[in-house]
Order: sequence, then structure tokens, then C-alpha cells
Amino acid sequence: MNTSLSWIKAYVPDLDVTAQEYTDAMTLSGSKVEGYEKLDADLDQIVVGQITKIEKHPDADKLVVCQVNVGTGEDIQIVTGASNVREGNKVPVVLDGGRVAGGHDGKKTPGGIKIKKGKLRGVPSNGMMCSIEELGSDREMYPEAPEEGIYIFGEDAVVGENAVTALGLDDVVFEYEITSNRVDCFGVLGLAREAAATFHKEFKPPVVTKTGNEEDVNDYVKVTVKDTELCPRYCARVVKNIKIAPSPKWMQRRLASQGIRPINNIVDITNYVMEEYGQPMHAYDLDTIAGKEIVVRRAAENEKFVTLDGQERTMDDSVLMICDGEKAVGIAGIMGGENSMITDDVQTMLFEAACFDGTNIRLSSKKIGLRTDASGKFEKGLDPNNAIDAINRACQLIEELEAGEVVGGVVDVYGKVKEGRRIPFDAQKVNQLLGTEIEKETMIGYFKKIDLDYDFDKEEVLVPSWRQDLECLADMAEEVARFYGYDNIPTSLPKGEATTGKLSFKMRVEEVARETAEFCGFSQGMTYSFESPKVFDKLLIPEDSQLRRTVVISNPLGEDFRIMRTVSLHGMLTSLSTNFNRRNKNVRLYELGNIYLPKQIPVTELPEERMQFTLGMYGEGDFYVMKGVVEEFFDKAGLHERAGYDPNAGKPFLHPGRQANILYGQEVVGYLGEIHPQVADNYAIKERVYVAVIDMPKITELASFDRKYQGIAKFPAVTRDISMVMPKNILAGEVEKVFDTRGGQYLESYELFDIYEGSQIQAGYKSLAYSLTFRAKDKTLEEADYAPAMDKIVKNLEELGIELRK
Amino acid sequence: MKEKLEQIKKEAIREIQNSDGLAKLNDVRVAFLGKKGELTAVLKSMKDVLPEERPVVGQLVNETRQSIERLIEETKTKLEAAEREVKLKQEVIDVTLPARKNRVGHRHPNIIALEEVERIFVGMGYEVVEGPEVEYDYYNFEALNIPANHPAKDEQDTFYINDKIVLRTQTSPVQVREMEKGKLPIRMIAPGRVFRSDEVDATHSPSFHQIEGLVVDKNITFADLKGTLAEFARELFGEGTKVKFRPHHFPFTEPSAEVDVTCFKCGGKGCRFCKGSGWIEILGCGMVHPRVLKMSGIDPEEYSGFAFGVGLERIALLKYEIDDMRLLYENDYRFLKQF
Repeated sequence: MNTSLSWIKAYVPDLDVTAQEYTDAMTLSGSKVEGYEKLDADLDQIVVGQITKIEKHPDADKLVVCQVNVGTGEDIQIVTGASNVREGNKVPVVLDGGRVAGGHDGKKTPGGIKIKKGKLRGVPSNGMMCSIEELGSDREMYPEAPEEGIYIFGEDAVVGENAVTALGLDDVVFEYEITSNRVDCFGVLGLAREAAATFHKEFKPPVVTKTGNEEDVNDYVKVTVKDTELCPRYCARVVKNIKIAPSPKWMQRRLASQGIRPINNIVDITNYVMEEYGQPMHAYDLDTIAGKEIVVRRAAENEKFVTLDGQERTMDDSVLMICDGEKAVGIAGIMGGENSMITDDVQTMLFEAACFDGTNIRLSSKKIGLRTDASGKFEKGLDPNNAIDAINRACQLIEELEAGEVVGGVVDVYGKVKEGRRIPFDAQKVNQLLGTEIEKETMIGYFKKIDLDYDFDKEEVLVPSWRQDLECLADMAEEVARFYGYDNIPTSLPKGEATTGKLSFKMRVEEVARETAEFCGFSQGMTYSFESPKVFDKLLIPEDSQLRRTVVISNPLGEDFRIMRTVSLHGMLTSLSTNFNRRNKNVRLYELGNIYLPKQIPVTELPEERMQFTLGMYGEGDFYVMKGVVEEFFDKAGLHERAGYDPNAGKPFLHPGRQANILYGQEVVGYLGEIHPQVADNYAIKERVYVAVIDMPKITELASFDRKYQGIAKFPAVTRDISMVMPKNILAGEVEKVFDTRGGQYLESYELFDIYEGSQIQAGYKSLAYSLTFRAKDKTLEEADYAPAMDKIVKNLEELGIELRK
Repeated sequence: MKEKLEQIKKEAIREIQNSDGLAKLNDVRVAFLGKKGELTAVLKSMKDVLPEERPVVGQLVNETRQSIERLIEETKTKLEAAEREVKLKQEVIDVTLPARKNRVGHRHPNIIALEEVERIFVGMGYEVVEGPEVEYDYYNFEALNIPANHPAKDEQDTFYINDKIVLRTQTSPVQVREMEKGKLPIRMIAPGRVFRSDEVDATHSPSFHQIEGLVVDKNITFADLKGTLAEFARELFGEGTKVKFRPHHFPFTEPSAEVDVTCFKCGGKGCRFCKGSGWIEILGCGMVHPRVLKMSGIDPEEYSGFAFGVGLERIALLKYEIDDMRLLYENDYRFLKQF
């Protein structure tokens, strides 16, 4: 929403503020001004001049030498290349040292262009005559300006006067961000009312006088509303003997300041009233209205209609149509039809000012794919009581501008009259909510300023129908607060019962994950929760996999964002790929983010959201480094038992020989491995990629921050080394399981210190060497204490086909 | 005898003074004080001394021995110091050679900013809570006073799963879930991921983060809201930060406000960063709408509350002067390592 300052001043004549003062104060009282443009910011020393004499330039065919009276008594000489000027013309002249906004091509120069006297082909020129473009505007806004050449004023322009003022360019255009609840402020009048209240000035809206001749509009047209839900009110008036002409300059300027192009008196009046009252109107050529009757009804399913922009559009039965006795003539509240539009030959016109259901207009406009100025206003839900004022105002302007003869009376189909509201008021409660001590009288004073009356007997605020946003006491508190000034409300902190600030246990475990990952060199990434269904192919996930059962977004931004992820790896691999592609070396990333597992397909309840701790890396490091990070995390999260690793994880996106499910106790809590080379290829990462994915809900269940001091060993340990040769397919985990089960009470720890495969031993075999540490809490161990355990270990290993080396 | 002792002492002093190292000094000690040393030999010859003279001679021997020992000790200390000095000189290293660092990872700027915010509010007694990212339309809209077909639903450009389930467009539904629990008073913040169908560009992302705040108690006022957020802004952006409350409209609060803070780049004078205004918009807030309280089972006659919502990315972008939101989701290490 835009308004010019001059239009606001038309209804608040005493308003005397700078653009900045207006911006600040209006914003603080609730009408946010996003910015403003001073139309004359780059215009300086420009006056109305009259050309007294034009002569040929002695040395240039395309130039002429003009003598121009600029009201100083002595004519000044200006050389120009413009061909449209004639002796006697009144034109805008920028004097020596003045500024214009830009070139005649319409391009503006920031700060403007300074004009100095000089010589053109040897002839002195002491200023410049300006085109409308050089003045920073255009023919859209000043349709009377020539297509090319100097702007020429009308006869009434006064020589020597400020041309900027004469053109109405001494104005400021404000751009507002109006919140959707303030329907009334989508009209200039509503904003002017706010401005008057904000600056404590009198608000003087236009006085709408009785219009129309002795005839009766009912003799011209009949209106039937078939759906009063969707059309609570329909007002129609008729204008005959129409004289199409340009509208007056003041109206053109005001429309221009709103960004609306002036066209002719009828269209301009319609637009003018729409801007002024916030009430869209439509004009039909009454001679095209069959049966001289208007019927408001829903469209038939698949009804076709050509709107006045020449496009054929298809409706469904939720769209409201304006029809005549035979056919549709307009889509209600959105756009009129080609078949009934006003042309220059129009004789008699039907004016419509109606109120349509905002939601319906919004949905229809979406369905048809057509959003107009009118629909934009209607969809906010207009006040039906405004329609009658607007149509009468339009007719008043028709008479004032002598654009036609208004027929007496209004056809007004208005079912249930919308009444204002009464809100019980309690100043004490308002103060309680705001934390203020504002006098009740002061509050009532604020209400008066914005036309809210107060019933002292019943202690109720009377809210007019155009303030549909005011419903309860809290709404009244906001009205008080914004005119008292949000800035003037004191500051305090909540009193009352103290509460404990804390993070949840889940968040604390996540914090441990972050710390561990970062300590191990992983940086935190963030990726989107939605991705393309093609991701599954990229990850080699089979067609029938459960993972392909996803929560699907019905209106995604595109195919690439259609499903909620069920695997966390795509984001990680994409990020690693980005890094690889940008030649970042040795990249390690982690992410804490949800996957979304549907409970049923189709989805009828919320999916299960499971936080995944995903780690990924390429460059330095291998499978065992990643495994180390996992175990570091488990340790820090209080999972002190040894994690198990099952190589039969069955992850299609991982290297078949380098993957494992991570087990804690009997439970799978995640997986890790090397990315399958085919998948790495799919992500264009030309290095080995290692990942680990840990299911955080399971870890949170198992985690604990309880610690008990175990004491520090007082007695010496005994270390025994075991060196073994075994077939390759026996896993270290199996060996370690033997240590765990046969090690007895004194086995404190064991550590792999050598692993060998190669020419020194038989093909298909490998050698492992472990160091076993035995210790007792209460004594120094004798051989007899640990020898039985060693024997059991050795025996068990041999049973597995493992050969001990001496 | 006495002369002999004098003689030995003199010799010993000379020898000690001539020692140029600890090894030599040790040799001297052995030569004089050792089992076969000269002084020991004197002691051994005591048997030739008359018994009545023995105490005197004995004392003399001891004195001589002590003075030699003392001198050896002193010299030893000096020599040791000298040798250490030499060693230290040899061990000089180039301290300007590059450090060997552990390559510790970096936290995402969003999370660093979030932790700042959490720290501030936890300190003020707020509990940090979470809610689902895929949410019922009821919690995301209806229970927040945004009924079906409300234009605000369009404004928020919602991703729908079906007509009952959406990707939450705000963290406000967590408010409702918390109020429904019926445990009062409430002081909570709820950070989390939210979704809106905005095309990706330098200032938009279809997925971003918000932090919702909610306080519900008896006698909570708009003044409390102002005080709380002013405190928050000072903690987050620095002691001198001022806040400005502007009237605004949200369906779930009344009165509502948007909050600006003084531009931390120019301190409020106006610069390119704040587009010359001196102020930067950081959040929306207001008093919880009585209808919202009622829908969640709280009596608005007895209780009141305030709520606020902050865009996490907005804070991160402002605080760390990141000029393109896309950087936050690319995860380029060269970006991440700056935090």
C-alpha cells in the first residue's frame, strides 16, 4: 500500500510534518512505513518558463535557439534539440546550477544531474528545458506529456513559478506494510484517520452529498443475489450520457502516486474511489447487460469465461459470477468480462460496489490463477457498510467531473446488516495486561481519535463495522498501547514463582555428540529434511525397501524436495561432494538431524522423528578411525560396555566388505562403514568415504551421566602376550569374545599390538598378537592366579582353529 | 702432623680450584677423601699418635676434612650450574616454527547462536523444550487462532502432507503442546527447524530455524515482555543495545509487536547494514491471545502470558555478518572453520 503525503493531507489539512517524522511516528503507532520516495529529491531550481522566440541555430540543423521568459524580467537563452517546442509554449526550465533527476531516456541518476550554462555548437545556453523523464517521472503518470520532447504546461501555468510544484512533484510517496487485520488501512482514508490520530490533528473525510437525477435506478436495472453467503451486499447505480474524457490533473497525480496509470475519467474515478475507500468497484456498459438485470450466482462446473484481458478462463462451482439475464459478465471481485467492458463509446454505465466473501475470493483467485488489485482487497474481507459510501462517493465525483448524468437512487441488495460490535471495557484490566497506569479517560480519548465511541453507562466500546479486527479487551489494550506509545510502557521482569532453567536429557546427550565429533575433527553441517525420491536410487536402495516408504509433501518446491528423508546420508554425501568438488582436503563433517519414518501409508498420524547423528569423512583416516569416534562418543555418553560390530549389516550403500551394524548389548544402535564405490561415484567423490550413523533415541535411552570412582589400581599388573595365526575369516571380534568369556576375574584389559597378513605366513591366514593384562584389586598376582584363565583362553582359541605361536 | 694436614688442605684446595668439570672434581674427592685418599691415610696413621694428642689431632683431621668437603660441594654446585647453562644454550629451538595442532572440528554458526540464546534464557529460568517438525495443522494453525482459510495460512506458505498434517511453519505449536500439559507457571523456549515454501536465495530458505519463547503465569504484563526482551538483546548483542517495540499483528498474540535493536555495526547512527535506519528487526512478540490460552485449557481471566519468536538464521547472519543464507546449508569446510 502506498500513499502520497499530499493525499493524506487532503483529509488531515493541519498535518505539517517531514517525511521522516511521518515515517517514524506512523510506524510507532502501528502503520509501518517501509520507506518513502521524495519525488523532488533530485530536482532543483526548475521554474515555469515561456518561450518567446525560436531561431535556427547558425551551425546545427537539429538545434534551435530559444529565448525563454522565466519571470526574471530578462529572457534567458536556451539551446535545445527538442523539436516539439513552439513560441508561446510554457515549459519546465532548469536554471543554471539547478538539477534534474535523469536523462530523457528515463534513466535516473542517483543524486541527479547538475545543469550548468555552457555553449552548444558555439551558442551560449543558460539552462535546459525538461522532458517529463528528466523530471524523474514518465508518461504513465503524465499522459499529457509528449512521447518525445519537452513537457508543455497548460495555459494556466504561471511563468516564473516553481515547476516542481506546478507538476505536483513536490510530494512524498510512502510505502506501507499494512498487517492483514487492518482492512481499513488498505484505503487512503483509513491511513489518514490513523495519521490524524497519531499527530493529534483533525480528520476530515470527504463529505459525500446526495447525487442523482429525478429518475429511479430501479427502472434501469434489477439485481438478484442468489448466494448471499458469498455476496453479503451488492450496490448498483447507473450513470447515463457518459462523456469520456481525461480526468483532472489532481486526480491523475494522486493515482500516479499510488502507481496507478490514469486512463480516463470513468476508469480513474473507479480506481480513485478504490484507493480512497479501499472498496473495489466495477463499471459495466449497461447496454451490453441482457435483460437489464444482474444475477449473482455460482459458476457452473467447468464454465468458461473470457475476462476483459481477453483470456479465456475455466471456473468451478465455487467461483462466484456476476451475470446478466443471459450470460456471465464478470468474475465476482476478481475481473470483469470482455463482453461488458466499458469502451470509449459507452452511453450508459452500471456501477457496482459489492461485498464478497474474502476467503472465497482468495480461493477462487488462486484456482483461476488470476490475482488483481480488486481481488487483493476483497480477499481481506471488506466491510459491507463501506460499499454504499464508496459508490455514492464515485457518483459524486462523476457529477463533479461532469463525466455523466447520475440516475437517482441505489439498488442495494443487503441481507443481514453487519452491525458494529460492543466490547465491554475495563481500564483496570488493560493496565494489568500492559503493566501501566494509564487513566481511563486517556484511554477513551485514544478511542475517540480513531472513531471508536464509548458508552459510559454500559462501559462498552462501540466498534464500527470497519474495525473487524477489534473483538475483545486484549484488542482494546493494543489500541491503548499503540497510542500511549509502546516506548512509554515501562520495562520489568516477570515476578512470581521461580522456575528452573534447563536442557532436556536428550539435548545433553546431543551436546556430548557435538563435543565428541568436534574433538575428533568433525565440523557440524546442516542439510535439508526433504529430498528427492531419486535419492534412493543414488544410494542403491532396492525398490522394495522399507526406506522408500516416506512422508510425501503434497505441494513441494520441486521434485528435489518432495519426500521427508528416511535415511540421513544423502545430505552428508552431498555436503562431502561439495567439499570434494571445491578441492577441500581431509574433510570431516557431522550432522544432528531427524529422519521421518511414517507409521502408516498413507500418512494419517505424525511420523516418527528420529534424530540421527551422522558422521562422514574423506581423506585421512579409515574405517577404524571412524569406529574410534563412535566408541569415544559411547564412552562420553556413559555407554561403558564394549560395543559390538556385526559385519552383516546389509546396507546397500556401503562397501559389502567394510560395513557393520553397531551393537550395544543386543541392540543395533547404528551402523558404520565405507561408502560403496558406486555410491561415491554417484556423488562424484573420488576418494574413499567413511560414514557412521548413530540412532540418537536409542543412545539417549542408554546414556547416563552418572559416574562412580573405581579407585586407582594399587597392585602391579601382569602382562602376557599371545600371538596367533588363523584363517582370515576368523574375526578379531571372535578372538576378543574368547578373552571376554574365558579371561576370568583378573583379566583387566587386552590390546591388539600386531596384525599381519603376507608372505611370512600361509596364504589365507593372518596373524594377530594381543597383550593381555591381569590385575587384582587386593593383592599382587601369582602365576597360579592367572594361569588357569590363560589355559582356558588358549584351549578355546585352539578349538576355533587358531594356532598359537610360541 | 699439623703441618701435614695443612699441606694436604692446601693441595686439596688447589686441586679443587683446578677442576674444570664434575668428573675431575670427583677424582679430587676420591684422591683426598676416598678410602685410599690422603686424608684417610692420615686418619689411619692415628695409631702412631700419642693417645693424649689424639683428640686434638682427630679434631684437626675432621676440620680439614670438613673444609675440603665444603669446598668440593660449593665447587660442585657451581660446576653443575655452568654445565646446565651450556646445555640450555645448546637446546635453543625456533619457537616461530609452525604449531602442530589437533584438527578440532567446528560448530555450525546456527548452533553457536542457538547456544548463546539458550544460555541467556536458561539463566533466566526457562526450560528448553522441543516439539515435532511434522505437525498437525491443529497445533500449527488452529490452536494458535489461525482458523481454516485464514489468510495468514497463505502468508506462511505451508508445505502440506495432507489436509491435517503439515511441516510446521513456526515453532509456536510447541507453545500449545506445552500449555496443554497444564503445568503452570511456564517459562520455556523451543528451538527447532521450521519450513516454508520459499525458493532458495541469499535471504530465504525453505527450511530454517526459529526459537519460540513462552511465559505464562499470573500477572504477566507487556512490561515484563519488554523487560525480558531488552535483557535478551543486551546479552546477545552487547550492553549498549537498545530495543524498539513497534505495533504489529500476529493472530496468536494481542497486543503484538515487532522488535528492532540498535544496529550493532553502526550503533544506531545508520549505515549500509541497517539500510540507514540505525535499527535492525530481530523478532516478533506479544501477549498470548486470550483465545489461545483458552483453547489450551488455561483460564485467561486468571493467567496471562507473553510469547516471542526469533529466527535463528537471522541472528546468526547478523551476529556473524554472513551475507548469504545459502552458506549455512552448503557445509563448505572453508565456511564452517571460521566458527
